[in-house]
Amino acid sequence: MPEIKELVKDLADKHGRNRESLLPILQGIVTEERFISDVAMTEVARELDMSAALVYGTATFYSFLDTKPRGKFVIRVCKTITCDMKGKKQIVKTLEELLKIKVGETTKDKNFTLLETNCLGWCHKGPAMLINDEVFTELDEDKVTEIIDDYMRNI
Amino acid sequence: MANTVKLNIDGIDVSIEAGKTVLDAAKKLNIHIPTLCYHEDLCVAGNCRVCVVEQEGVKNLVASCAMPAQDGMVIHTNTHKVRNARRHVVELLLSEHNADCTKCYKNTRCELQDLAGEMVINEHMFLDLVPDKNYTIDNLSPAIIKDDSKCIRCQRCVRTCDELQHVSALGVAYKGEHMKISTFFENPMYEVVCTNCGQCVIRCPTGALVEKNYLDNVWDAIYDEDKHVIVQTAPATRIALGEDLGMEAGSIVTGKMAAALRRLGFDSVLDTDFTADLTIMEEGTELLTRLKRALVDKDPTVKLPMTTSCSPGWIKFIEHMYPEYLENVSTCKSPQQMFGALAKTYYAEKRGIDPAKIVSVSIMPCTAKKFEANRPEMRDSGYQDVDMGLTTRELAVMIKQAGIDFKELPDEKFDSLMGKSSGAAVIFGATGGVMEAALRTAYEIVTGREVPFKNLNITPVRGMEGVKEAAVKIENVLPAWSFLEGVELKTVVAHGLTNANKVMQAVKNGTADWHFIEIMACPGGCLGGGGQPIPTTPEIRKKRAEAIYREDAGMAIRKSHENPEIKQIYEEFLEEPLSHKSHWLLHTHYQARKRE
Amino acid sequence: MPNTKLKRVDIIFSEDCVYKDVLADNLKKSNEDILKDILDSGLRGRGGAGFPTGLKWKFTSQETEEEKYVVCNADEGEPGTFKDREILTRVPLKVFGGMAICAKVIGAKHGYVYLRGEYQFLKADLEKALEEFHSFVKELGFDFQIHILMGSGAYICGEESALFESMEGKRGEPRNKPPYPTISGFRNKPTVINNVETLVYAFMICRIGAGKFHELGTTDSRGSKVFSISGDTPIAGIYELELGMSLEDFVEEFGDGDTKAVQVGGASGFCVPRKKFKDTIIGFEGVPTGGSMMLFNSSRSMYNVLKNYVEFFEEESCGQCTPCRVGCQQLKKGIEAIKKGEKSAHYLDTLQKLADTMKVSSKCGLGQSVANSFSSIVDNFREEMIY
Repeated sequence: MPEIKELVKDLADKHGRNRESLLPILQGIVTEERFISDVAMTEVARELDMSAALVYGTATFYSFLDTKPRGKFVIRVCKTITCDMKGKKQIVKTLEELLKIKVGETTKDKNFTLLETNCLGWCHKGPAMLINDEVFTELDEDKVTEIIDDYMRNI
Repeated sequence: MANTVKLNIDGIDVSIEAGKTVLDAAKKLNIHIPTLCYHEDLCVAGNCRVCVVEQEGVKNLVASCAMPAQDGMVIHTNTHKVRNARRHVVELLLSEHNADCTKCYKNTRCELQDLAGEMVINEHMFLDLVPDKNYTIDNLSPAIIKDDSKCIRCQRCVRTCDELQHVSALGVAYKGEHMKISTFFENPMYEVVCTNCGQCVIRCPTGALVEKNYLDNVWDAIYDEDKHVIVQTAPATRIALGEDLGMEAGSIVTGKMAAALRRLGFDSVLDTDFTADLTIMEEGTELLTRLKRALVDKDPTVKLPMTTSCSPGWIKFIEHMYPEYLENVSTCKSPQQMFGALAKTYYAEKRGIDPAKIVSVSIMPCTAKKFEANRPEMRDSGYQDVDMGLTTRELAVMIKQAGIDFKELPDEKFDSLMGKSSGAAVIFGATGGVMEAALRTAYEIVTGREVPFKNLNITPVRGMEGVKEAAVKIENVLPAWSFLEGVELKTVVAHGLTNANKVMQAVKNGTADWHFIEIMACPGGCLGGGGQPIPTTPEIRKKRAEAIYREDAGMAIRKSHENPEIKQIYEEFLEEPLSHKSHWLLHTHYQARKRE
Repeated sequence: MPNTKLKRVDIIFSEDCVYKDVLADNLKKSNEDILKDILDSGLRGRGGAGFPTGLKWKFTSQETEEEKYVVCNADEGEPGTFKDREILTRVPLKVFGGMAICAKVIGAKHGYVYLRGEYQFLKADLEKALEEFHSFVKELGFDFQIHILMGSGAYICGEESALFESMEGKRGEPRNKPPYPTISGFRNKPTVINNVETLVYAFMICRIGAGKFHELGTTDSRGSKVFSISGDTPIAGIYELELGMSLEDFVEEFGDGDTKAVQVGGASGFCVPRKKFKDTIIGFEGVPTGGSMMLFNSSRSMYNVLKNYVEFFEEESCGQCTPCRVGCQQLKKGIEAIKKGEKSAHYLDTLQKLADTMKVSSKCGLGQSVANSFSSIVDNFREEMIY
């Protein structure tokens, strides 16, 4: 795991080594790795000279700081009421069929993880989803299919 | 004069120091407000919400533990709104809680159960959430069991582990419905940085964190005719055991305890205080030897300052957090383990008993002693040196189980061999005690005179200050110790691992010039240990400490080297401190562990 | 009906404003003058709680601590709210300008924008705008720097003290109050924390004067507000409207002709049924809102709406206090059990009482506000909960 060590060290060099640096460092790990492994967390705890249990406790508080392995692209479909009203269930179904996984799972090739999430702030343009940091709104089956095709082609 | 505020609670005016809370003010009026997450030793959380009260002019209820008392406040602690809310809060906690009380180790000793009883809850108001929760029970550690199904998430344990112990083996993980108290990556307590100190255990209001009990194992051994069951009792047990048996905090029950142990059926009732005296002989000599190597031989490999090694919580702490300083730790085993090693060698030999038939039980104010007894390093007798380590609380349970009227017991003496002790051993139970005991002996060895403190009471190392420094100027030494002439022996005492950490930081940063460091993992030392009666509060610790020093003052022998059984064991068995035999049985080394 | 009953306002996004001029002019003004303007305008916090902005600034300015902070709360997580995203996209410099003026008044050298993780995509543009802003304040000789911190998916971090905890690298758990942020906020220093929209209004009040703002709205709800309108409406989107409108007029303009209920203020707000539209005023004297207006037509099951809300709270509660953590679980499981017939309809009354307890005994605003939607939906659509 020398790369993780390097990454954490670089992030700590960039953001600092006090408690306030913890979230930016964890966010930086997620940007690179899509999730924070126990090894990464141990490294963070060491760099910041803090308890690993507290690193774990902090990471698990935040929905976007995944502590389980995730795919290269993490899809988060908004499940809050207006997106739900505008057909979120169908979007999820379409995604499940396209990716052949259920919500919460990652594709075998580790390319996609499908999740649901709380309000994304696109209530007037639901259903909405995030793929990593990119937003997609006013989704329907065709649009979702096209988006996923696009991602698959560019892997 | 301190700044005070005036408020009114339930129609009664009360003045209180500014900065105190509504709860403090109510206490002053003897108005009882129930609490769960609040603990005197810890910072205020305001999480459980069971202490809510009504404040006139404020729409919502306020948590009395977190609300600063303010001038002109009008508070009501027993209104319809308050009662409803408290009832709901307790009902909610019960709905998340495995409330199968008869199967719980904390049955009849549980704060949540007490509260439910007080509220006369016959039927649960809300849906039972427990079946949907995937609660884990971690019983892999030989010392502590963590049962999430009993947890009410008050976070007393988390605050204890952080604020008092600077360990944070426990933290809060996840949020919302999934929020839980967790170790790193939910690993077993046995595998993480936990020091087994049990400070969480004495603060857990329910049965979520308890010691692993060995009651049945001990009873089985006692009933086994073939076994010779011996018991040793630690210094701090005798000033606390009474609390669990209906007596006031600060009661000295040494004699009653010995009587009770005999009635429980132990074949020999012995005293860890004996090996506490032995520790002083070995550790004192080790310190003097290290000083000689440093000052005379100019040996660059000698490690100073030397730290004590009696506290297994401290040992585990340094193994995890400062492994690079493990060689600074005295190689002496703790008194429990010295006793264990000698029980199956010296004692067995003297009494003509097959050591294989000896079951060695210890009564300790400590949960970490359970872990220590199970360490692979602790088998120098050829057997597990200490077979079972019980807490003071477990002994109280046994006494109750046996139907013994403890308060009415006569005072009895310990058996011999290994039953005699000095006042120096008794004070091991209080923070600063090992240091004081060591100085009483070492000073006398070096100078031939008693320590220059009135009545042998080395007051600078006593008391509840977190870090206490003391220096003793050594003058007019005996010829053999001439290298110490004029040396000012610098010592420091810390209790509670947060204070230990401060001391170690100073050592690490090179800002300290101490020779000898005493560290006890628990606040107050062993008297506030994780195996002691619950509750343990600042007030109770103070009373236990007073009892310890009372016991010391009343002892005929107050210096370890004057204990006749100590003289005897060196004459008949060990030869001299740091002899080959004592190295074999009484000394050990520890291992570096990971930080997580 | 013509759409004239609701007064459109153009302050927030108004292009009739050169931010540099406004900033330069106001940084020259006395703190007293600026405070007076903000106080006189009647501006109240636009995040939902509605605390008078001028008082917040004033209290913080009176603190003698050397170190103070101004924090922009851009952790817009309330379901049905998206106006801060729009504001940050279109007029970020006005947000920064508002922060700068506040910093001058209270004596802060550092400001922070706490941006929710869901808006990560905004960060690059915001940083670009920030560069421009920083070079301009430098030009003005004003010692002030803004930093952007990211959230990571936690609704509760929108609660101000939870937000400070998060900024400090911890779990976003609300603190006990008092002390309030004006005395002890970020790093336990006196802090003004304002919503994105509030900061822009403050900035614009400094431009147009307190009077122009004050003449809009009602006695308790001065000025205008940016509304996030969604749900069953043909014209979902962002609208800046004068405060104090009646819900009836609102529905007339934004409804689809079949509006059965409006959720005002998001999941933590109130559900108003059709029969109460006429008597409902949108504002602090009536039903307040951080801007979220969700419309539901008669095809919608209010049971599903409520279940969606309580599920949201069950997940997004920080979990530290009993009433909120366990209460949310009980509310959700309770309505499910009633719907399935496992519990009698009377159990709804037990749940209503529970919601009341959550309101009065939870540690922070999240737990306290769950009862708003729960009780208003159960009260008004009881039948839908049972059958």
